[in-house]
Amino acid sequence: MSVFRTLSTKPWVADRGYISDSHGFSPPTAKVFLSIFLGVITAVFALLTAAYFIRMAYADWQSIPVPALLWLNTAILILSSVALQWARTSARREQAVGVRRGLLAGGAFAFAFLVGQFLVWRQLGSLGYFVDTNPSNSFFYLITGLHGLHLLGGLVAWFRASLRLWSGADVAKIRMSVDLCAVYWHFLLLVWLVMFGLLLVT
Amino acid sequence: MALTDVTHDAQDFVPPAEVAEEELYHPKTWLGKYVFSQDAKIIALQYSITAMGVGLLALVLSVLMRIQLAWPGAVSFITPDAYIQFVTMHGMIMVIYLLTALFLGGFGNYLIPLMVGARDMVFPYVNMISYWIYLLAVLVLLASFFTPGGPTGSGWTLYPPQAILPGTPGSGWGITLMCISLGIFVVGFTMGGLNYVVTVLQARTRGMTLMRMPLTVWAIFTATILALLAFPALLVSAIMMSLDNLLGTSYFLPAIISLGQQLDYSGGSPVLFQHLFWFFGHPEVYIVALPAFGIVSELISVHARKNIFGYRLMVWAIVVIGGLSFVVWAHHMYVSGMNPYFGFFFATTTLIIAVPTAIKVYNWVLTLWRGNIRLTVPMLFAIGFVFTFINGGLTGIFLGNVIVDVPLSDTYFVVAHFHMVMAVSPILAVFGAVYHWYPKITGRMLHDGMGKFHFWVTFAGLYCIYYPMHYLAIMGVPRRYFANEGSNGLPDWIPESAQMVNVGITIAAICVASAQLVFLWNLYHSATRGKPSGGNPWGATTLEWQTPDTPPTHGNFGKELPSVYRWAYDYSVPGAEEDFIPQNVPASKNTGQAT
Repeated sequence: MSVFRTLSTKPWVADRGYISDSHGFSPPTAKVFLSIFLGVITAVFALLTAAYFIRMAYADWQSIPVPALLWLNTAILILSSVALQWARTSARREQAVGVRRGLLAGGAFAFAFLVGQFLVWRQLGSLGYFVDTNPSNSFFYLITGLHGLHLLGGLVAWFRASLRLWSGADVAKIRMSVDLCAVYWHFLLLVWLVMFGLLLVT
Repeated sequence: MALTDVTHDAQDFVPPAEVAEEELYHPKTWLGKYVFSQDAKIIALQYSITAMGVGLLALVLSVLMRIQLAWPGAVSFITPDAYIQFVTMHGMIMVIYLLTALFLGGFGNYLIPLMVGARDMVFPYVNMISYWIYLLAVLVLLASFFTPGGPTGSGWTLYPPQAILPGTPGSGWGITLMCISLGIFVVGFTMGGLNYVVTVLQARTRGMTLMRMPLTVWAIFTATILALLAFPALLVSAIMMSLDNLLGTSYFLPAIISLGQQLDYSGGSPVLFQHLFWFFGHPEVYIVALPAFGIVSELISVHARKNIFGYRLMVWAIVVIGGLSFVVWAHHMYVSGMNPYFGFFFATTTLIIAVPTAIKVYNWVLTLWRGNIRLTVPMLFAIGFVFTFINGGLTGIFLGNVIVDVPLSDTYFVVAHFHMVMAVSPILAVFGAVYHWYPKITGRMLHDGMGKFHFWVTFAGLYCIYYPMHYLAIMGVPRRYFANEGSNGLPDWIPESAQMVNVGITIAAICVASAQLVFLWNLYHSATRGKPSGGNPWGATTLEWQTPDTPPTHGNFGKELPSVYRWAYDYSVPGAEEDFIPQNVPASKNTGQAT
């Protein structure tokens, strides 16, 4: 384990006079930044899940019905992720057309997902399941809301990357942005699948 | 991590690193340079000044509380509501908006790039935004003083249900703005925190291996990771509390009758809030303490002219303390009631933290042992820190045990303990750090006489404040009480002798608070009229003291980034020309022998 080897070096003796050419961390800085950020988001949703389970144990909990539309939304989010993966792969191969199509489709699907989530909220509202009706409703709105906000943040990054592409930037130059968008999308898809699973089984 | 043996006999100078130069943003306008600056050093100063400004307010609030306790009713505007609002705002501002912001936003921003040999943080723009969001959080918090009902008076722990029920001062706007401000703070901090961590991981200069980093960087790095993982709990609880408050959800609010009225809430769990809050709250203690540990290690080593004792163990202890801090949170909740096995678990983990902490204390003392101790002002504060931390730590062992905690929990014992360990100790480290790095920041020394006066009044005064509180606690004096005198013909809560102690504490508190004016004057006065310090007045080895300019200019290191050839603590190396060898001096320049 290199972490343990690193932590057990004796800086005062062993490598005096030696100099390191490698930092051990070779991934691009932006990727490291994103991965740690994803760790922070994981903490947010993990804590929400923990709170969900604790609150569920109380007597007044009544599970919220899962609207069929949520299945459709999930499929749309998967498509969104797939499209961005397509853009990512195309960017690696420097195929500008693929990147454009992938980005456009990914963004459109993500947007459609958000609209779909909003419709789910409206649907539940019309059936009388408001945010304060029952704690399970409160958690549903909170989780979907926070997830949607994170996706909205992703769309800002997506918009900037797309803008650069359409204003004529070289594919190689926005490759990193596309890469980061795709990773973020996959991550949010994973979060959504876990949260959706949580809603289904409880 | 592979260490490359550049020249086999390893005695020679290594040519400047061919590292990719970071593209630095060069501002052209005054505003871009000093206000909307992306330079971590300027951002550090902005963070520090804002934090100290709002900290001063919190200091004034504490003096007002003490005046009320010593001479009840002496100041007419300190009503019971105002008192508990002062308690709340004092605590929250000091813990989050002063200490966290100052250690991570202030010292983190200033020291990380300089100490690891980077030109700036890796994402300067995000770094700048982080400060402005922090400022917004502060302004939102301060705005609550001017709303109907004033700021929240729920205690800094904001426990529901009382935090949002009408009987508590500031239950409307106050708690709403508090939650919003905390949310904004967490967002801003996350932007800065990601920068600090990634800069340490990615932007270290050539030769700066992780184990050659100064302990200050290790500590701030670890504390930032703690904060990144712990603040989400605060964010989540603030959002849920706001929803309970504004939209009528029942995350935390049980079925409850308030002021004779049945409210619409049902079934919520106040203890759930406590779990979330303390899952943030306990790591928060170490978010504040770890940077203090790192800074003190630095100060003791530099001013005792001796390498830090047990560097590896110091690093390990920082990491272990960081890890353990996530599994002790419920020791703040013994009085809330819990399964005895849980209590046993949390008491055990709490006491285990004493092991790595004690290792650190031993190592500080052993670093001092037979060192060439120079009782400079930073050193005085560093030693003051070690003293105080031991005192505060020892009472922590009392409170970590369930059966001792339960009777002591609502007394001044808790106030004394956590002020010693979490307020006084870190603030002593902050003062030490300011006296130590001020010459680098301004190019001038702080006035020594004023510094020593500041130290002795602060140090002795703090002991006059907090030692007697333990005594009051054993007598059973409860905390958070507005007045200890009886009213409507009832007897006093506490005997007259205890009230005398209260008066003494207040006088000491006023002295300590006033002494800070000397410190502020020193900061202001020395910035222009202090003795010029030169680049490295303390004879320190770390990279921030080796910059070509003092104060360091934009880009920190001039044309070439330094290469690092050795660890950060080559002090008094036998046979060396001077009693310190900077990290960027090649081995061939060192006439000393390897230790």
